[in-house]
Amino acid sequence: MAKEQIKHTQIAIVGGGPAGLSAGIVAAKLGARVCLIDDNPRLGGQLVKQTHKFFGSKSHYCGTRGIDIARILEDELRATGCEIILNTTCIGHFRPNILGLAGAESFTKLTYDRLIVATGASENNILFENNDLPGVYGAGAVQTLMNVYGIRPGKRVLMVGSGNIGLIVSYQLLQAGVEVVAVVEALPRIGGYHVHAAKLRRLGVPILVSHTIKAALGKDSVTGAIICRLNKRLEPLKGTEKRLKVDTICLAVGLSPLVELLSQIGCQIVYIPELGGLVAWHNDDLETSVPGVYVAGDVSGVEEASTAILEGRIAGANAVMSLLGKNNDAERIIQEAKRELSLIRQGPFGEKVAKGKKRLYALNQLTQA
Amino acid sequence: MPEKTFKRKLRSGDEATRITEHPILSFTRGPEVTFYFEGRPLKGYLGETIAAALVANGVRVFRYSERHNRPRGFFCAVGKCSSCLMIVDGRPNTMVCMEPLREGVRVERQKGRGKI
Repeated sequence: MAKEQIKHTQIAIVGGGPAGLSAGIVAAKLGARVCLIDDNPRLGGQLVKQTHKFFGSKSHYCGTRGIDIARILEDELRATGCEIILNTTCIGHFRPNILGLAGAESFTKLTYDRLIVATGASENNILFENNDLPGVYGAGAVQTLMNVYGIRPGKRVLMVGSGNIGLIVSYQLLQAGVEVVAVVEALPRIGGYHVHAAKLRRLGVPILVSHTIKAALGKDSVTGAIICRLNKRLEPLKGTEKRLKVDTICLAVGLSPLVELLSQIGCQIVYIPELGGLVAWHNDDLETSVPGVYVAGDVSGVEEASTAILEGRIAGANAVMSLLGKNNDAERIIQEAKRELSLIRQGPFGEKVAKGKKRLYALNQLTQA
Repeated sequence: MPEKTFKRKLRSGDEATRITEHPILSFTRGPEVTFYFEGRPLKGYLGETIAAALVANGVRVFRYSERHNRPRGFFCAVGKCSSCLMIVDGRPNTMVCMEPLREGVRVERQKGRGKI
């Protein structure tokens, strides 16, 4: 029987990935009472399946594997005494400041003074014939199967998308003993880091630019795929179709921020393609149009784990200051994280997000109405 | 017919296999458990989800869509896409990608909307 509880916390954080964990660490260390909620049985978000080493600077764990970063952040958060609620989904928001939390056998109303939403993003799909067929998997799902549970998703895989996720997951598939038949990329150039692409090419995996998937073949599950060439306007070229014998199609075609909760709260939602689509409007302190509600990580614009960590720190420190007053430590954390963020976003792969954030901040006037 | 394909796949069994050797990861699996898929006993490990155990056993069709009766399977693995809704111990619309595997759990394919 479900039993209902009512609880209160100073700062509630939804999501236990790199952004939520970092926000929790900072907020709890600065003296706030924090409660973090996650729908998974363990903390770390998508880090728990990332076996690759991270780039960047020491302060956001370069050279460390994602799985290890998850553990480091979790240990640090647990040491602060922050309350952690796992296996629990935040299913709704009630006015003025109540979260509805559903566990397997319980329902909790959690009231909060400040809220940090770090719900991340979800896998995109693209249009092609039979794209709903079993055997068409999201790249994240393939990573979960392989790297968390140690299960091969299939024997022969077609990877769609050559961004960093597509390239890294292809390499991980090879490590797991799965054949990657090809990587197709709609644009005329490879999307991700060259080092990842070079590793794949050395192992004989063709990366076909200006190519896309036209159809998945099979009745009950994938038995093949049809790919074709694209022209410069990304239109399929007739007569270039090729049939591939694969049992799995892995989609690495981007992510969309999970803004449902923010939308329900009443945060202004805006469409910024560079940030992954619909995002809650926020300023550079990561506060949304609803005072006291902050965002961090992919939900504020799809990026990567290291920037999620930095955004989490900024959101956590700002939430504490708005609750307990100005404080030098918090100010310093924010300044440092902002400086590092702008450094990362000056790089070739941060440029897009930097542009998106700039467009978002320019909407300032709109949201005041 | 979907069922025939399924039986054939179950017998061949190696459609999707367990990784035993890996250059980076080592998998510590929980105790082995038996669960039932459409009445047939299958093996899995505690600590994994029902969806993972099904994929490891070569099961790809998890349910059939409501309007066009199209097969649906595992897709996002993080409880967001609803592609994996199944009947678990009689309870329909269970996201098996989030539901932990238990000894003796009964899992069935769902057709259309679940009846409560």
